[in-house]
Amino acid sequence: MTIRLPAAVREFGLPRILIAAFLVALFAVAIATHMSFAILLTDCIARVARNGILVLALLPAIQGGLGLNFGLPIGIICGLIGCVISLNFGVHGVAGVALAMGVGVALAVPVGAAYGWLLNRTRGQEMMVGTYLGFALVSGMSIFWLLAPFRNPTLVWAIGGKGLRTTLALTGIYDRVLDRWLQFDVAGVTIPTGALLAFLGLCFLVWLFFRTRMGITIAAARSNPRFALAAGISDERTRIQASVLTTVLGAVGIVVYSQSFGFVQLYTAPLLMAFPAIACILIGGATVTRATIAHVIIGTLLFQSILTTALPVTSQVIEGDISETARLIIQNGMILYALTRFGK
Amino acid sequence: MRARLGRWSVPILFAVLCLSGILVAKITPSFLLGEMMVRVGRNSVLVMALLIPILAGLGLNFGIVIGAMAGQAAAILIVHWKLAGIVGFGAAWLLATPIAILLGVATGILFNRAKGREMVTGLIAGFFANGLYQLVFLFALGSLIPFHDPDMLLPQGNGLRNTIDLTGIQYAIDDLVRVQIPVEGRMLRVPVVTYAVVAGFCVFTVLFLRTRLGQQLRAMGQDDHVAAIAGIPVERNRIIATVLSTVFASWGQLLFLQNIGTLNTYNSHEQVGMFAIAALLVSGATVSHATVAQALLGTVLFHTLFVVSPLAGKALAGDAQIGEYFRVFVAYAVITVALVLHAWQAKKGKRTA
Repeated sequence: MTIRLPAAVREFGLPRILIAAFLVALFAVAIATHMSFAILLTDCIARVARNGILVLALLPAIQGGLGLNFGLPIGIICGLIGCVISLNFGVHGVAGVALAMGVGVALAVPVGAAYGWLLNRTRGQEMMVGTYLGFALVSGMSIFWLLAPFRNPTLVWAIGGKGLRTTLALTGIYDRVLDRWLQFDVAGVTIPTGALLAFLGLCFLVWLFFRTRMGITIAAARSNPRFALAAGISDERTRIQASVLTTVLGAVGIVVYSQSFGFVQLYTAPLLMAFPAIACILIGGATVTRATIAHVIIGTLLFQSILTTALPVTSQVIEGDISETARLIIQNGMILYALTRFGK
Repeated sequence: MRARLGRWSVPILFAVLCLSGILVAKITPSFLLGEMMVRVGRNSVLVMALLIPILAGLGLNFGIVIGAMAGQAAAILIVHWKLAGIVGFGAAWLLATPIAILLGVATGILFNRAKGREMVTGLIAGFFANGLYQLVFLFALGSLIPFHDPDMLLPQGNGLRNTIDLTGIQYAIDDLVRVQIPVEGRMLRVPVVTYAVVAGFCVFTVLFLRTRLGQQLRAMGQDDHVAAIAGIPVERNRIIATVLSTVFASWGQLLFLQNIGTLNTYNSHEQVGMFAIAALLVSGATVSHATVAQALLGTVLFHTLFVVSPLAGKALAGDAQIGEYFRVFVAYAVITVALVLHAWQAKKGKRTA
């Protein structure tokens, strides 16, 4: 770099400043065009609560030295199986969400361990292996959804009587149960207390975890594997622990996401879910080798707010939906920026 | 013997899979021959575009999607200028070249800044470029960029329609020399010139690797560090390899489009990388070693499965959808296995060294 930026700017990071400026501009346009600010804010908060845990799920992978977990769909699939099983039994309300999470986590632990084992054998290519393992699993699971022995008529296609539908509506089952728990309004802005608490509570738990003995060893093995080995920590072991944790959080994350969204999306829906989540944590200021809870929260707030406001705001000015294009550019630009920087 | 069997195990497994699919779905040889003739002709060059970066040690170039976009940009321009036939196609290749060179240099610089992570960077760069592509052709064209063509633009006056008719250049190469042979009552088009072009690419790649530059690239593929010490301009050569790959991909995509005859403006390029890479890998090629013969063999095997699997799915489970999912699964699984094997062996090699 020939141009030296002021220290404060460098500290915060140029991309984050640009993205924050973009968000401010969006809000400015919203105010200028007399859009309802309360509705925009309600949507933003709902989206943050909905997606937060999926972003949080990336943190253990980065802290454990696995890099950006492009294999997030592996955990997501575990959570989706949990959802489908709980729906098949017809469990309603919070119990249904709990059952879905329980099954999801029970699956995610062995799956995450296997994933970690594989990543230990493919060191240096974790991100690529994770991406394509996720892709392969999602497409393989598409066959499973089509052939799985679920017979509950609310889940399978009406014609033929087999094969799960592409989206399962949760209306009347556990649609937004967490969001609606203790939900209240402030100046027209609805706060989905339950889902927000779930996100922030898990953030706190993960923060706490990285202060326990196991958490500290995971981070230590990442920052200096040789030194850790001398201290009696095997980084093969800690990397598997990190991978289990990221997969478990992915499973929990998709259950919270689905109940908030009101639909369980199967088949190819999870294919690209890792990418926006990764963009979130990077926008928050994380790098490929270091991330904190603050990065998760700030990043989710910034990126999800942009995604939420871009469509209604830009449609006031430009014909056609530019928000999807903007998402592609911001999201992947951010990931590229991070990939070209780490290791320096 | 065992090592040889190991190398051939992937293509043999694939051939068995294809063969059993053919038997299950009772596919006639003439149908398969017709399908393969077309598919191999239009896909080979895209697969071949992957070879040079592999030999230069860059791994699988997931960034060929960017080259495909350059080709499509050229196709859009020649439709706008109403150029047709072989002239239109030639113009498209000429126009695509500078765009692809520019984008290839940019991708190459990006790869140099992300050494050791070229594959994931290429993949993300493809997604990123897709965003820019949409920005240009869906929003800027007709509004910021002056462009008046009601046949091509969306009703609101900016942004291209979802499909663009390429009948002007359809079969421009395939039918340049018309050869049709009657097989079981219908005429089978034999795209002689397309195959000549494919052969041209094969010969070029083989000869290129014997040149001084080609040898330098191979030395880099063996060991980057040693090559740099030996005085090879590694960074510059890596950019050249990426540019060649991107340009080949743009030409390959145009060859593909002239056979299809329509351009899905916003989707045609998306899966180019995945299918080309999967096709190359089923031949037993790896992330660090691939040959022209493997590119051709892989194209044949992969596209056989592509034709066969929906039909086999229908015959087996009464549902073509299963076969569709299966072939996508196979494409991803093949890439995953190749990546795992590559990283696994790289790690083993390090341990023994």
